[in-house]
Amino acid sequence: MERIPILKMGPYLLVTIQVDMHDRLAMALQDDLMEQIRRHKAEGVLIDISALDLVDSFIGRMLGNIAAMARILDADTVVTGMRPAVAITLVELGLSLTGVRTALNVERGMELLESAREERETGHGRRQG
Amino acid sequence: MTEAAKSTLPSLISRHEKEILDDWVKLQVSSDSYRSDLVSERDVRNESQRFLEATRTAMAVGVDIRAAEWTPVKELLTELSQSRARQGFSPTETATFVLSLKQPLFARIRTDLVKDPAALADATWAATTLLDKLGLLTMEVYQKGRESVIQRQQEELLELSTPVVRLWDNVVAVPLIGTLDSARTQVVMESLLQEIVNLGASIAIIDITGVPTVDTLVAQHLLKAVAAARLMGADCIISGIRPQIAQTIVHLGVDLGDVVTKATLADAFALALKRNGLTVSKLAPASGGA
Repeated sequence: MERIPILKMGPYLLVTIQVDMHDRLAMALQDDLMEQIRRHKAEGVLIDISALDLVDSFIGRMLGNIAAMARILDADTVVTGMRPAVAITLVELGLSLTGVRTALNVERGMELLESAREERETGHGRRQG
Repeated sequence: MTEAAKSTLPSLISRHEKEILDDWVKLQVSSDSYRSDLVSERDVRNESQRFLEATRTAMAVGVDIRAAEWTPVKELLTELSQSRARQGFSPTETATFVLSLKQPLFARIRTDLVKDPAALADATWAATTLLDKLGLLTMEVYQKGRESVIQRQQEELLELSTPVVRLWDNVVAVPLIGTLDSARTQVVMESLLQEIVNLGASIAIIDITGVPTVDTLVAQHLLKAVAAARLMGADCIISGIRPQIAQTIVHLGVDLGDVVTKATLADAFALALKRNGLTVSKLAPASGGA
């Protein structure tokens, strides 16, 4: 079965979704990601969806779920590179992913993870989602 | 309508065509609704003559304006009505064209058929129903012409009223002007998100100074735009909220959630600069300067 690769970069995990997501693939990604967070003690997860031009409600909810699960495992999640059409669709579907951090591109997403990490280390506590 | 009246009208018109035309043009030009600023007497005369000729030809066949013979008349009226609607004639002024034909036509019918009251009544009735129908047709076309003008203007407005401007690196703004409805929100949202991608903006300011009223629907549209921008990774600031609008929003019980709002675009811009780690400072006065 095909799987979406999860790359480890320092204390962060990097996921770039480059194929059309179907439900089974999404569930597999969710499982793998949680496993990897635990194994590597990751502090942040970056999911880049700039190649996705179709996101349905299931994938939308899954992104929200991943963020919530990762938070329980003490890792921040940033979703990057969402296309305008996808953003509009998700809003129309009523999924505004309130618990998920977002950034325009991977670079900004990494900055966001870095600053979240600094915050955590200086003991300011984490932003409430 | 009797067969007699059917043949009476066209022959009557062809006999008195010149006089009817003269009277009719005089009547149109002297009436209150004549717009000398928009149409010259010669044009009125031209149009009237063409209409009278076409009507006479069509009448020879019958007075049912649905018949194919009436097509040229109807086309003539349609064209006239549309051009007047565009020129800015009022409905009355447009309808007067056809309806003012009644008086000269009736006058001729009376003088010709004075000895035969039954035929007189028949011919008058036939003429009046016919002209009323044509008058109604004029109005219908006029209305359609006006509607198409309105529709075109709406489309143009939609294009004009949604510019996305770049205020600084990473900062874009949309000054919204006019009432927000679903169609406009969609256009605003799309162009805003596209510009966020194009310019790599991290902060978007939505300025609603030009939005006259904010009701629950408008607020919902705004929140949608904010949510979509956030999904793209850009923070939104809503600015230009006037005191009355702030009151309305609270009275309506609209929850703006954690959206940052500022009173003016300047405040919003200052906040955007601050978030980007920039400050604005006054230059030190030049030495010896005034």
